[in-house]
Amino acid sequence: MRPKTPVVAWVSGVVVLLWAVGARPCVAQESHIGTLTGHAAAGKKVYRRYCVLCHGADGDGTGENAMWIDPKPRDFTLAVFKCRSTPSGTLPTDQDLFEAMSRGFLTTNMPPWLPLTRQNRADAVAYIKTFSPKWRTLKAGTPITIPPEPAAAIESILRGRGLFQKMECWKCHGPLGHGDGQSAKTLTDNKDNPIPPYNFSTGSRFKCGETNRDLYRIFMTGLDGTPMPSFGDDLKPGDAWDLVHFLRTLQPLDTPEAALWRAWLASHASDLKPIGPPGGGR
Amino acid sequence: MRRLIKGGGAQVSWLLSAMVTTVCLSAALALSGGRSRAYTAYSLAVHKTAAIPAFARKYGLACSACHTAWPELNAFGQRFRDNGYQLMNDRDSPIWLNPSYIPVTFRITPNWHRESATKQPVDAIPGTPGVVPTTVTQSGFDLSGMDLWTAGTLYKNISFVLLPSSDNTGAFHFEAAFVRFDNLWNSHWVNFKAGKFELDNLVSEKRFLFLSGNGGAYQAYHFGPVTDSLGFTNFGLGDNQIGAELSGHSENSYTRYGVAVLSNTDGAVGLPASQSYDTYLTFSHAIDAGALGVERLGAYAYIGRRPTYFQTSGGTPIPGTGLGSKSFYQVGVAGDFFFGDLEFLPLFLHANDNAYLATSTPGNVALPAGARDAKWNAAFLEAHYYVNPQLVFTGRYETVRMSQQADPALPSDLGNIDAYSGGVRWYPIMFSRAGLSWHTEVSAVRTRGSAFSPTDGVWTSSVFSGLDFDF
Repeated sequence: MRPKTPVVAWVSGVVVLLWAVGARPCVAQESHIGTLTGHAAAGKKVYRRYCVLCHGADGDGTGENAMWIDPKPRDFTLAVFKCRSTPSGTLPTDQDLFEAMSRGFLTTNMPPWLPLTRQNRADAVAYIKTFSPKWRTLKAGTPITIPPEPAAAIESILRGRGLFQKMECWKCHGPLGHGDGQSAKTLTDNKDNPIPPYNFSTGSRFKCGETNRDLYRIFMTGLDGTPMPSFGDDLKPGDAWDLVHFLRTLQPLDTPEAALWRAWLASHASDLKPIGPPGGGR
Repeated sequence: MRRLIKGGGAQVSWLLSAMVTTVCLSAALALSGGRSRAYTAYSLAVHKTAAIPAFARKYGLACSACHTAWPELNAFGQRFRDNGYQLMNDRDSPIWLNPSYIPVTFRITPNWHRESATKQPVDAIPGTPGVVPTTVTQSGFDLSGMDLWTAGTLYKNISFVLLPSSDNTGAFHFEAAFVRFDNLWNSHWVNFKAGKFELDNLVSEKRFLFLSGNGGAYQAYHFGPVTDSLGFTNFGLGDNQIGAELSGHSENSYTRYGVAVLSNTDGAVGLPASQSYDTYLTFSHAIDAGALGVERLGAYAYIGRRPTYFQTSGGTPIPGTGLGSKSFYQVGVAGDFFFGDLEFLPLFLHANDNAYLATSTPGNVALPAGARDAKWNAAFLEAHYYVNPQLVFTGRYETVRMSQQADPALPSDLGNIDAYSGGVRWYPIMFSRAGLSWHTEVSAVRTRGSAFSPTDGVWTSSVFSGLDFDF
């Protein structure tokens, strides 16, 4: 028998060549959303119909309309995503991308793509993953664990308020959560584009969800590519829930937290120390 | 009664309008061999609406994001429309608009077309009375009508549309004008609008992909029995109507309903008819069929009344004082089914006109002997194949069948219609700021009954090729 070495060498060479010219292995051509499997080939059609004018044919966020859009469309070639269930610096799960696409992004040009079929959205997720080589070499991070939410209480809200001061959230989000902190105007994203901090007074939804669990996840994973860091290493779960309960009081909503806060304020407003820099807070 | 009392207002102008319109209508009916009103009453200009690059410019989306092929809406576009032209990403309010942005869109179609009709009553020697059945053919370069769209939001959850539209001579009318209050009580199930608007048809004639003289209208939407020679039942399901509508939808717009109360004028302004109202009900539900697409099935009912005579002054009818109102109705089911890139749009409807309307008999005189309600059924199946978002092939077959003539002495199939249309639309330019489509279409319609014999089959055909653009 002839030795197999030349065959192995040829196969290896072809594989290397294919890799070098951009051929992508099957693992990056699929997404898995529950029982759904998305396929990049089908996703390309979805992408070209709905996404290409903003995100660009190469997924680099330089579509025809990108120059008119603020904030700028996501650059998929970087594989950096704001809304994840995974720790900061890791790839999101397919489910994360699917949910982001379905939910849209508040105060951006990215609408909720809810009317598309689930299969269409799963296919689009698979296609989006073909734009960055990271999806071929790295696995998605492991979703963080979110413990059950304790009942809201005024003590929890007050502790959360203390954390808002201590962690210096007010520097960006402002003492009242209006997105007008002293650093607000200096913030930029990972592509040096200006980016405003979230204004809690504008409504019920956040960029990455609208529930208390979503809010917990946002500051425990951080929003990669933005100045919003992960507090996963700094906050214990109980502290994080305290912060959630306080942040809910900053929104113009009739939440249980807001009701507790209003009732407490009615008799204790003078007890509060202002939030903000020492001597200058509100 | 739009064609009979068009113009409203001063009686002199009303009378003049009525005379001119009646003459035109009679001539058209004669020329068409007693065919349905559809062909004679709807010109190319009427059927061009509802693709709005102004929205694409505002949101930075491609035409294909909201349209399967503009102007037809896809599921995403349907939700956008159902939310009052809002994407619901808190960027909908006008305060987010670039001050230099002007939410206006123009659409017009320079074209070449050829129209031909067989068995038309033509003088054997021009200028000398004595008609013989002859094929009449016209062809040449032409223009469509023009749409001048503006639409958007006045405030978050308050939307508007204003659509001055002209025919191809430049004579303008308001094709649509309404204000809509969206998501009342924070519920997408409660939306209200008032003004002149497109009926919430599952298969919309305002958004379809046909433009030719024959194919550019759904025969089923505009059919009337030939015995209604004066057009008493002036109603077209494809026409915009004036009134108020309560509508709602699920979050993804898969489930939708609409209830509308409408003036009984078929969209004509100036209160020309009477003081009764029409009602339009519609409901549809869609399912997520995975890779196949979104599959929708719906039903509708339109119930209306039309006056059959008017109060007069010195023998001249007074607009808006219609009396002797008689009823008509249409009920139908329709679907929008996707099989990947292949879309089918089936529709079936049943219609009934009261005997007075069906025979153009004033309600204060006796019906002709034996007269009865006119009934008919109509159906069509339309197919689209989307090669890609910029190339679509279209085809449609329509049929209208009388099931009961108002005059029992008439042949049972008089007025029956079979219509065939096919075409292709290629969009070489499909950006968020403008769109251009090269539209080519052929269409043929066979109608039973001519000016010479009720058993004749009259064929009319259209060939159309135009550059359909909006900006």
